[in-house]
Amino acid sequence: MSVELDVFVGNTTIMDEEVYQLWLDGYTVNDAVKVRMEGGVMDECEASKDVLLSDTMDQYRTFQMCERLLHSPAKLANQLLFQIPPHRQIMLIERYYAFDDTFVREVLGKKLSKGTKKDLDDISAKTGVTLKSCRRQFDNFKRVFKVVEELKGPLVENIRQHFLLSDKLARDYAAIVFFANNRFETGKRKLQYLSFQDFAFCAGQLISNWTVGAVGEYNMVEDMDVDLDKEFLQELKELKILITDKDLLDQHKSLVCTALRGKTKVFPEMETSFKNLSRGLINIAAKLTNTKDVRDFFIDLVEKFIEPCRSDRWTAADMKLYLTHYTNSAHILDTFKHQVVWDRYMGVVKSCIFKMYHD
Amino acid sequence: MPGKLKAKIVAGRHLPVMDRASDLTDAFVEVKFGNTTFKTDVCPKSLNPQWNSEWFKFEVDDEDLQDEPLQITVLDHDTYSANDAIGKVYIDIDPLLYSEAASVISGWFPIYDTIHGIRGEINVIVKVELFNDLNRFRQSSCGVKFFCTTCIPQCYRATLVHGFVEELVVNEDPEYQWIDRIRTPRASNEARQRLISLMSGELQRKIGLKVLEMGGNAVVGYLQCFDLEGESGLVVRAIGTACTLDKLSSGSAPNTNTHMHPNTAPASNACNSPSKDGKEPVFVEDLPSSSGPPTPFRALPTSSSSPPPFSPSKPCSRQSSSSDTDLSLTPKTGMGSGGSAGKEAGPLRTLLRQQTQTALEQREFPFFTLTSFPPGFLLHVGGVVSARSVKLLDRIHNPDEPETRDAWWEEIRQEIKSHARALGCHAVVGYSESTSICEEVCILSASGTAAILNPRYMREGCLDIGCTDHRFEDPSPPSCGFCHIPYDELNMPFPAQLTYCYHCRRQKVPDVLFTTIDLPSEAAVAGKGCLIQARLCRLKKKAQGETNATAISNLLPFMEYELHTQLMNKLKLRSMNALFGLHIQISVGENMLLGLASATGVYLTALPAPGGIQIAGKTPGDLSNEHISSIQKRINDTIAVNKELYQINPPELAEEGVGSPIPEPRHRSRLFRSHSESSDELSELDLSHGKKDAFVLEIDDTDAVEDIHSLLIDAPPPTGFYSCNTENMPGISNWTSGVQMFTSVRVLRLSNANLTNQGLNKIFTDLCENLLKSFYFKLRSMIPCCLCHLNFTVAVPEEELIQVTVTAVAMTYDKEQTQEKTAEKPVNKGSLEAEEQLQFPLELCADSSSSNIQTASKISGVAESTNISPRAASVDYGSFADRCSTWLELLRLKAHTIRRGSVKTSRRTQSLAHSVSSLERCSPLQEGRSRSLRSSRSFGGSSVTVVKMTPLSFLPGIRIIKYLGIINMFFIRETTSLREEGGVSGFLHSFIAEVFAMVRAHVAALGGNAVVSYSMKECVFMENPNKNQAQCLINVSGDAVICISETDQESSASTANTGQTGGGGTDGAT
Repeated sequence: MSVELDVFVGNTTIMDEEVYQLWLDGYTVNDAVKVRMEGGVMDECEASKDVLLSDTMDQYRTFQMCERLLHSPAKLANQLLFQIPPHRQIMLIERYYAFDDTFVREVLGKKLSKGTKKDLDDISAKTGVTLKSCRRQFDNFKRVFKVVEELKGPLVENIRQHFLLSDKLARDYAAIVFFANNRFETGKRKLQYLSFQDFAFCAGQLISNWTVGAVGEYNMVEDMDVDLDKEFLQELKELKILITDKDLLDQHKSLVCTALRGKTKVFPEMETSFKNLSRGLINIAAKLTNTKDVRDFFIDLVEKFIEPCRSDRWTAADMKLYLTHYTNSAHILDTFKHQVVWDRYMGVVKSCIFKMYHD
Repeated sequence: MPGKLKAKIVAGRHLPVMDRASDLTDAFVEVKFGNTTFKTDVCPKSLNPQWNSEWFKFEVDDEDLQDEPLQITVLDHDTYSANDAIGKVYIDIDPLLYSEAASVISGWFPIYDTIHGIRGEINVIVKVELFNDLNRFRQSSCGVKFFCTTCIPQCYRATLVHGFVEELVVNEDPEYQWIDRIRTPRASNEARQRLISLMSGELQRKIGLKVLEMGGNAVVGYLQCFDLEGESGLVVRAIGTACTLDKLSSGSAPNTNTHMHPNTAPASNACNSPSKDGKEPVFVEDLPSSSGPPTPFRALPTSSSSPPPFSPSKPCSRQSSSSDTDLSLTPKTGMGSGGSAGKEAGPLRTLLRQQTQTALEQREFPFFTLTSFPPGFLLHVGGVVSARSVKLLDRIHNPDEPETRDAWWEEIRQEIKSHARALGCHAVVGYSESTSICEEVCILSASGTAAILNPRYMREGCLDIGCTDHRFEDPSPPSCGFCHIPYDELNMPFPAQLTYCYHCRRQKVPDVLFTTIDLPSEAAVAGKGCLIQARLCRLKKKAQGETNATAISNLLPFMEYELHTQLMNKLKLRSMNALFGLHIQISVGENMLLGLASATGVYLTALPAPGGIQIAGKTPGDLSNEHISSIQKRINDTIAVNKELYQINPPELAEEGVGSPIPEPRHRSRLFRSHSESSDELSELDLSHGKKDAFVLEIDDTDAVEDIHSLLIDAPPPTGFYSCNTENMPGISNWTSGVQMFTSVRVLRLSNANLTNQGLNKIFTDLCENLLKSFYFKLRSMIPCCLCHLNFTVAVPEEELIQVTVTAVAMTYDKEQTQEKTAEKPVNKGSLEAEEQLQFPLELCADSSSSNIQTASKISGVAESTNISPRAASVDYGSFADRCSTWLELLRLKAHTIRRGSVKTSRRTQSLAHSVSSLERCSPLQEGRSRSLRSSRSFGGSSVTVVKMTPLSFLPGIRIIKYLGIINMFFIRETTSLREEGGVSGFLHSFIAEVFAMVRAHVAALGGNAVVSYSMKECVFMENPNKNQAQCLINVSGDAVICISETDQESSASTANTGQTGGGGTDGAT
């Protein structure tokens, strides 16, 4: 004797958020039943294991049928097959597009290609996220990437409108798209200490300051928020004067040192490493015209700036103090004419370093 | 040329990719009606094409308009090969054919393909211009309204109930034609869908003609069924109740709301429809639209001032000569009424009853498919009558002359009629018919409830004054009157224990009442009701033809008997004494018969308290006494638990609580009986139930032990849940806005070939119980909640397969309010208690400030008192012990059975209490509704109309303002890639979801926002896993309506009384 067929269909589609999460997390039906039993749901309604199994199967089927719609969330609102109240629709979408930070950290900056997809089982083993869930998350990244690639206008807004995501999630996706597009290196060992949220913050900074769209005058250009502003990158070369011109370099150093003196314990270290640090930052700027060097932007920041400071035991406050004065002092230099570019560059670098300067 | 149909194809969306190369589709549309086809242009390379076509015009007969659906086919244009079909939409244009309903069909329809399911959507606009046709010999019946609802629809008033209409049409099943061998499955499915659509249209048109002939303008309780007879053909048959309905004008609409606001209700309402608070909105619709105290005399002019549009009850065309029926019947009933002093009120009433008799006997079949009635319509209920007949199918040779099938049904109906007569009744209410087919054997079943109806309703234009009428001629209080036996006490059709009504003490009632109807709203009940099911499997040998049919018909009486015994035991186990909505289904398979009886049990306070169940060994030493006493203890415990669970506190209990003004909530029972007649019954509280009336179960073999165990298996619903299979849940009326309709299908494969009857029974019982458990679990977020209208259908699709299909609705209710109500009621009761019973109608009427009613009831009260021995009559309990054997004998004699029963309700005093308490309750209720309003508004934001669906005739907190026509859809889905679609469950899951989606889309396109009286008539599932194939047929029906939230309606009513219908209409359409 066996149950051959067992379905339950409600006029309003019944979805249990807990089961949905288990499904998203890639649990098999049997595993999900176990988790639910442990969760004590059986006590709620004098349910038996069979009841739980039947319910879980029903819900899994429903989710599978909905999955197609979730791929283009706008369809969910005007499809006719499932009657789902709007707040449930929002929940379904938001959760479907939610991702594990540990997983995204692994693929951040990688090409969203078939090759990467093949490595997902390794990532799954490494992160403990089920392969099924890895695939869903990866496909989500890819789908969002593909859709916004062809759209004009601001990236975050496009993602939010097209995928009906919350502002927070849309920004995260924008970061993922931005990283994937520019193929920033994030996997090196020296960068391992950085979380996805660190990178997402930096991506937000880059998107709003360094891209074509950041300038404001080009309002509806393709990829305006994805590609860095080439003109700006070109102009960054001009900043080299700050390290090539001996006078300027000295003048800059003395201005910064005057300002810092007595305000921090690590002042001596700051004074000695000023030239090295300044060279580091400005060389990063000057090289950004090369795609290869753009990819190494974060590793360069760590190697050329963060690591030296850390070995000198700067605190985060020291770092803040130093960078603020370093940036501001350049304005006082009479012969330095590239104030606008300088601000645009240092603004982002400063906030990125603040974010990245932790253990 | 009586009609012009216009259709416009606007756009498509979400179309499937038909061209792999471009990932796009070149779609165009063919629009076909009858033999005319139009095409749109090709919209190249788009999955969201905009056709914006011209208006395609079809000039057609209205006969065709009724029969044919508009057929829209979406295709992918292909330059080099044949165009590929994407899918189809069939639009039934019937709702456009009567003026009050929809005027346009416009909206997004799912494009459906029988192989692929829904593939995108198409936006279509359809209109009809009808020209008047004065041809008297016309074949069409445009304008007759159809309702699936089995009560008088909200926003209508029945001026006349004409009676039974039936029709059937037959055809060859395309699936079994020779051509099916060479055509594709898709073509075959589409041919079948189209044929059934045509046949349904034709059937409806023919029924409509009969209704017009009878002088009616509507069919209520329309029930259409398909018999897939395989080789021998396809039968589509329908039954219904012809009525003359008047639409209540929008100005009087607030009146329909009176049950929510008793303070505005006319006095008659307060008396007669005891405000079940939305549970039975139907009845209220029948109130006169003019407020003010209705009087019997004033009401009459009201009806004559609006003369009925047609002459009264013309005999139906198929009527047989009625004279002999009259002759045979009238004397018998005449005798009956004369002979039983216990039930007849007086000469006046006898006279009226005879009038009814004649009015009804003019009809060939005095049957009514309605299950609930306007107050006063139903005078007495005799019990369930049913008939079954086993037939061998043979090919239908001439589809135009479906005589055989007609004759079969005729035979069954005659039988039902004679059963009813044997119960002293002249009518059958809650009538339904069904079939079960396996290979060439077909079981035809019909069942209903024998009843005596108020003759007024059979005559012209009186339904609206029913309440006053009723008062005038029937002295029985509405709360218990229908329980009083209609048959002759000295000449009872079956053994039953009669007692004097526990309510009025004047007339006899049976100990148990079984009916197929809904609990009358005015009935007095104690505690809550609950779903009671009897389940049974019987193995039978495989056989062919005649032998098989004989074997089946020999088994039937035993099954009926066992089902009945099970029902009776389970009823007693729950300490209840009446069943409503009884539906017994017997399904035939190759090697077994399945029987499933479902009903809602309730404790009627007019009937005697049920005795317990006593266990006895065959001989004292047979089984260990210990064993027996342990079983006895379990049974007694179960009864005690159930009493608590369903809050059944019979009057004897309430009596104790009477002294204290606010008894505990669990003394909530609505039975406030003042007098002290039954102090001897207090002994019942100890649950020994005395020996006097215990139902004795003999344990004579292991089977019997099994039976008793299975009795106890039924788990009560978990806390917070109640269940019933009727329209209203006895004991719950304060619904809040949560509604969840669902369909569930489960198929069990019996792997073990050597199963015994007992083993099968266990499996079948577990299957049903587990389904219920699943529902409770899934719907746990709705607690407190009640599963209403639980409709189980069983089938044996193949050998070793058992299929159970359930459709029901879960509705939330407010627990707090229940308690509030309970607390209130005793107070009301207390004030009434002091009154002498015979005086109560008078007092009641004084309370309700209707002097006219007062007089009327006084008259009746006097008449009665002369006729009836005072209530002092002692309650006579006898033993039920011998009932079983008597039953068996009876059943052996007859293959068909008359089932009996009777019920009781609390009396008028109680209904008054109801209305008062509901007055106090109304403010919290409104809160509940405003919640629902808000939610519906937020839904309005999305681009898809939210369409609520319910198998009930009403939606809580929501008022129906317009009926848009019936939805009657038939779909076939087939797959040759079963595994890829997620196996049988995946396949059926998506199909059912698709059917829901298509129903919702059609309703939304009509401008509606809800489907009431929804039902899934057919769900035939066939699979062949080895070939990776499956096929499923589903037939659904319901009434498309526009409804608005009560709170909405109130505000619009307060601003402007008129025009609210229009306002509501747009509200619903957006």
